[in-house]
Order: sequence, then structure tokens, then C-alpha cells
Amino acid sequence: MHPIVKLVAQRLALGALLLLAASALIFGLTEALPGDAAQAILGQAATAESLANLREEMGLNRPALTRYFEWLGGILTGDMGVALTNKLDIATSVASRMSNTLFLAFWAALISVPLAILLGLIAVRYQNRWPDKAISGVTLASISLPEFMIAYILIFFFAVKLFWAPSFANISPSMDLLDKLHAIALPVAVLVMVVLAHMMRMTRAAILNVMQSAYIETAELKGLTGFQVIARHAFPNAIAPIVNVVMINMAYLVVGVVVVEVVFAYPGMGQYLVDAVVKRDVPVVLACGVIFAAVYILLNIFADVVSILTNPRLRHPK
Amino acid sequence: MSDTLLKVRGLKIGATVYPPGEKPHDIDIVHGVDFDLERGKVLGLIGESGAGKSTIGLASMAYGRGGVKITGGEVWVNGRDILKTGIKDIRKLRGAEVTYVSQSAAASFNPAKKIMDQVIEAAVEQKKFSRKDAEQRARTLFAKLGLPDPDNIGERYPHQVSGGQLQRCMTALALCPEPDLVVFDEPTTALDVTTQIDVLMAIKEAIADTGVAALYITHDLAVVAQVSDDIMVLRMGNTIEYGDTDQIINRPQDEYTQALVSVRSIEHEEKAPTPEPVLSVKNITARYKGTNFDVLHNVNVDLHPGQTLAVVGESGSGKSTLARVITGLLPPRDGQIDFAGRTLSNDLAGRSLEDLRELQMIYQMADTAMNPRQTVGTIIGRPLEFYFGLRGEEKRKRLIDLLDEIELGEKFMDRYPAELSGGQKQRVCIARSLAAKPKMIICDEVTSALDPLVADGILKLLLDLQKIENVAYLFITHDLATVRAISDSIAVMYQGRVARYGSKSEVLSPPFDDYTDLLLSSVPEMRLGWLEEVVANRKMESAGN
Repeated sequence: MHPIVKLVAQRLALGALLLLAASALIFGLTEALPGDAAQAILGQAATAESLANLREEMGLNRPALTRYFEWLGGILTGDMGVALTNKLDIATSVASRMSNTLFLAFWAALISVPLAILLGLIAVRYQNRWPDKAISGVTLASISLPEFMIAYILIFFFAVKLFWAPSFANISPSMDLLDKLHAIALPVAVLVMVVLAHMMRMTRAAILNVMQSAYIETAELKGLTGFQVIARHAFPNAIAPIVNVVMINMAYLVVGVVVVEVVFAYPGMGQYLVDAVVKRDVPVVLACGVIFAAVYILLNIFADVVSILTNPRLRHPK
Repeated sequence: MSDTLLKVRGLKIGATVYPPGEKPHDIDIVHGVDFDLERGKVLGLIGESGAGKSTIGLASMAYGRGGVKITGGEVWVNGRDILKTGIKDIRKLRGAEVTYVSQSAAASFNPAKKIMDQVIEAAVEQKKFSRKDAEQRARTLFAKLGLPDPDNIGERYPHQVSGGQLQRCMTALALCPEPDLVVFDEPTTALDVTTQIDVLMAIKEAIADTGVAALYITHDLAVVAQVSDDIMVLRMGNTIEYGDTDQIINRPQDEYTQALVSVRSIEHEEKAPTPEPVLSVKNITARYKGTNFDVLHNVNVDLHPGQTLAVVGESGSGKSTLARVITGLLPPRDGQIDFAGRTLSNDLAGRSLEDLRELQMIYQMADTAMNPRQTVGTIIGRPLEFYFGLRGEEKRKRLIDLLDEIELGEKFMDRYPAELSGGQKQRVCIARSLAAKPKMIICDEVTSALDPLVADGILKLLLDLQKIENVAYLFITHDLATVRAISDSIAVMYQGRVARYGSKSEVLSPPFDDYTDLLLSSVPEMRLGWLEEVVANRKMESAGN
């Protein structure tokens, strides 16, 4: 296992470097935006004098680099600082928000990943016949619609007309699991529809690619059935590309939920980030941005490692 | 019940083809073939590519590759016509009554699964054996087939064993379910000759021990003569001749069979070395970037103007690496290359246009060596423009000369590579290299991908052109028959070293070194009993030592 440990260590080091670059980029971009937190708090009518006072108080007058390195030093010691606008500890806010976002992403993933792979396998088994075309058609339609559109359509039918699920996905720690699940039913449905097509099509393409191999013919000539051939001989060799696309979609479930969280007023990271951007609350934006980047990088490292582990040439060297 | 295991009557096979720029249409591949195979017998199916031999072999399992469909006739296995049964019955037949050994075991084993799981899969799935019994049987077969460490080799993954070993594992896979019939589809074609002998003997003994019947498909008559009781010669989907092995090999009736038996009609008188070699490879040692071992060790060879030096060896012997070093693609660690009275730069970047022009190359795969979107005229015309600046009528005249020289003619000027046969493609590549008026051409396995009769034509052409253009060939090949046919001098390579080097008559005359002896005695000869003879000799030798 030694070479794999080394590889994981390398990837993690590279990931840390990437994260540093991402934080600098996010900081630079928020600096480049017109206006700042003081302006946002005091509004358009603020006098130059009051603005200057507030900036002095918030420490916004110091050079950008100084502020960046201060923030970086904080983060390295586990301190994300406090929000500029409401003086709340960012770490505490992020912890509860992040757990909500992960809760939503977890259930969306739990449903969408097995479903996508199963649908992909069915599509391969009945390639170019009606089940394949039906699966492709429906999933492509759902990916082609903007997610806020899907969200509003679902709200219209299931919340407004049928009263099956709430249109505001508000959850709190006091709720029990079933109530929580009921509350997030619609956002989960939206997320599943958004990520399903991509994963299903990739599963289908990856397995079809493997199906061209000579060893598939060997399997067919052993008298195995179509599903046995796909599940035993094709799927194990298609895991690497499938895992990669699954991880990209997992990352999307965490990082890309902004729109869905806003539509359903869900108290997650996405909404938190949008609020912070509106208020020019740079420390919060930075914290959210860096966490999103970390999630993205970690999931990709995970995908890399899994694809390497599924390759017998790397797992069992000569 | 009669002893007939497989009875084929009027077998017709077709396929849908999708030619570029045309409507898809159906073509016939096999036009009504009849044969019988008794239990425990071996029938050899022989022919060139496109003869339909693999297609017929797979039809005995009611299988069509890609868009191939069985369109008519009867295939009786164990007393029932398998073309009339449903897919469920066909599945019960595949992997149980009839099994298959493919040409490339490396591609036919699933890289993600252990060898043992794949070998026993059919036997267990078809409920012929319990898992435990199947594994025991597989280990017995591994031992019988001469695989090293038969008790544990099944725990390895396919990439962890060599090509020859994997081919034997594939034979074990086919024999494990105790089938009545095994289809061997070119099982030794991808192997080196010295490995081929072992695999061939293992297959032959396994057939004899288990009493299984076999269809043995190959393009190599000498190989099929060693293993089969009967031979059927196929050409373009038709039976040309069908008889017992002795008759086909020793008294072929049909003209085409006679040509197959007597292929390699070339007689080439060896030329004496000249005082000034055109190419002199001196003390070349080379290794690939990022590795820490040399693939060439102190190689020294000379090539004389207008002559042919054959570089012969098995895969991994370093012969293609030598070509890369001479062309400058792989700068050597040590040594120098003298060419046409000057010392060449070791690095490609340091070579002049004149160096490049005088040293041309022809490749094994003519297909991938040509731009599929350029016409033959553009392909051959490019060196005329590049090296000589020829334009217009002048260029056209030279193009026609070249096309005549390769026996294709002017009408091929506007054709695309896809419209040419394998042999024609290789001819175009020859013309392209000749267009540069080189002093020397490196021919890297240029006939290996071609059928024997076509290859023969290419070799004849190369020899004729050598006389006209006085060009020297460095001819890289693993095929000793080719070497005999065309060379003036020979370098036998083994593990990156020149094991034997000299004029053709010297190298091919005893006394031999051990490796050359092994190599020469491994080339299948077209006579009955050759395989047993060689194996017996080797056993005696190793007993004597």
C-alpha cells in the first residue's frame, strides 16, 4: 500500500496549495467589487465622514495584503474571525449552516447516485431500445430546465396544489428526522433531477465503451446473460470514469446549491454566502468560498484515489 | 448415435456494412460452407484475412461479432440445430458444450478480475462443477499446460503473467467446463516463435488428454499441419479445398492451396560486402527516458550500399529501438552512427535536410502511417515538394513513374488510403520513401500485418526496387522465412545485444550459438510430425545437459 499512501499525501499537499491560491483569488475578487461593508451598512446616503469612521472602526483602511495575511493567519489557527456586519463568530454560523447543507446534499446523493447508476445499467442493457430512449429523454429534459424553474414547478404542484410538501424548507435542530425529511423533500427532488442526467449518461457511456472490449465477447461466449456480462465484466472496468463524474456532482450538491437554497429559503451555506456577498461581508465570503473550495478539492482527490484503487495494475504491481 | 459432434450444412453468413459516402447495405461473408467434425478430432480452418474462418468458428457457438448475422444453413451440435433454438438454449451451449480461445488472451481476459475467477466462471455458471471442484480442475489444467506455480497462478491478475502464459490460461479457461468442442482462433499468432512452440505443444497434449474436439483457425499452414486431422482451406467465404492434413500439405489439388503451401518463392543470391558501408552503427548503447536499464548494449552493425541487413529477434529484443536510434528519435547514451561517409548527429534536431532525405523509413502499419484524408498523389507528392521542390507537370511525371514502379499505376493517384487493400497501402508507403531518393530505408516489420501471399509480393517488389535504385534496407523482422528470402547479412538480436552477426550464409549455417539455434529450430516447418520431433529433440538435449 505504500505507493498509494504516498500518492494520497501528494494529492493532499497539492490540494492545500490549490486551496491557498483559491483563497487569494476569492479575496482579490471581493476587493475588486465596488463598495465595501461600511458602504453597505450605511447605505447610499452616508456622508464621507461617517463612512471613514466606520471603516476605521472595522479595520478596512489598512492595506489589503495586511488584512489578507491576518485572515490567513487566523484560519491556520482555526479562527475564521467574526462577521463584519453582525459581529457573530463565523465558525459557529458556518457550523450550523454547513450541517444543514450537508444534510440536504447527503439525501440528494443517497437517492441520485444509486438511481443514476441503475438507470445507466438499464440503458446499456436495452441500448437503443425504448427503455434507453425513455431514460435518456426524461433525464435530459430535467437537466435542460433551469433548476429554479424545476423548483417553482414542483412547488406549484406539490406544495400549492396538492399540499404534499412545504414550499419553505425550514428545518431546525429540534425537529425529528421524519419532519426534517418532509421539509426538504422538494429541494432534494430538485437536486436529484439536476444531477441525475449527467451521472446516468456518463455511466451509460463508460459502460458502453467497455462493452467494446474483447473480454466482453469472452464473457458472452461463456453463456452469461446480458445483465451478468454488464454487472460482472463491464461495470468493474467502468468504475473510474463513473466515480469521477459522481464526485463532480457531489461537489455540485454542496457547492452549487445556492439557487435551490434561496428558492426554498433553506438555512444552508448557499443562502449564508448570498447574504454575505450582498453585505460585502468579506470575512464571511472568504470563509464560505474557502470551505466550498475545500469540499470541491477533497471530493476530487477522493475520486482520483478511488479510480486508482479500482485499477488492478496499480493495486497489484508486477 | 453417430460420432459426429458438429455438422455444418450450407452455412451462410452476412453483415451490414457502412461504407463512407454510401448507404449501408448487407454483404455476404460466407457463401454456403459444409463440414463435419467427429468427437475428439481436430479440423483446421485455414485462409487469409477475409476468408471467413473466424466467422465460421464463432458460428459454431451461434455467435456473430458486431453486425455479423448467420443468414442461412444449419449448424448441428450434439444432434440439434443450434440456429433453430432460442437464446436460452444457446447460452446453455456456450461455455459448456462449446468454448472459445481467442487470438489475444491479453485482451480477452478481464483486467479487473483474477485469472482463477475467469477460468472457472463458465464451468460454475453452467452448473457443470461446484466452485471447489472447478478450482481443483483449473489447477490440474494449469499444471497440464505447463504453467509455473499452477496452485497459485490463478490468484494473479492478467497483467501479472506473460503473454504466452496468459494464452495457456485462456486454453485452461476453454477446457475447464469439459466442453465437447473448443474453437481455437489463431491462439499462437501473437506469440514469439519460441513461445509458440510451447503453447502449441500444450494445446496439442491437452486436446489428446481430454479427448475434446477442436476447430483450429489459423493463417499459418505450417502450424495447422502440426495439430489437425483434417484441413479446410477457405478463401473469401468459399471452401477451396477440404481433406485430411496429409493430402492438403503433401498433395494439394487446388491452385490456391498450392500457392499457400509453396509461398516464399523468392530466391535471393547473397551479395558480398563492399569496402565502404553506407551505414555503420558503432558501439550503440541506449535506454529510454525515465528508466534505469539499457535496452541496447554495445550494438555494432554495418550495412552496405544496395544490400539488405536483416535485424531479427523476438519482441523486446531491441530491434525497433535500434531503428529509433538510427533515425535520431532516441539519442543513444553512447556510440556513434556513420552514414554515407559522415557521422550523423545523435539527436534528430541536429540532422540536416540531406540526412533526413537519404534515410527513410517504412512502418508495420501502413494504415496509421498515412493521413486518411490525403490522396495517394498528395501522400507521395509531399517528399517530392519537400526535398526537391518539384511542382506541376514535373512533379506529376515523377509521381506517375513512382506509381508505375510500385505496380499500381496512374489511376491510383486520386484514391484515398481507405480505398486501398493492405498490400496496396504498403506499396504507397514504399513509393513515398522512394520519392526522397534515399540511400537507405529502414523497413520495420513491413510485411508482418499482411497475408503471406501479399507479403510475398511486397518482398519481391522491394528486391526489384533495390536493384533499380541501389538502395540499402535495414530490415527489421521477427519472421525468419522473410530473413532467408531477402537478406545479404543478418544480425540476430537477443535482450538488447547482437547475439550473432554476419553474412546470411554464415549466420544461417552451423555451428549455432544457443539462442540462434533455439530461434531457428522454433520456426514451424510444413511437414507432419515436425512439432513432436522438435519437442523430443529439446527434451533429449536438456536430459543430456
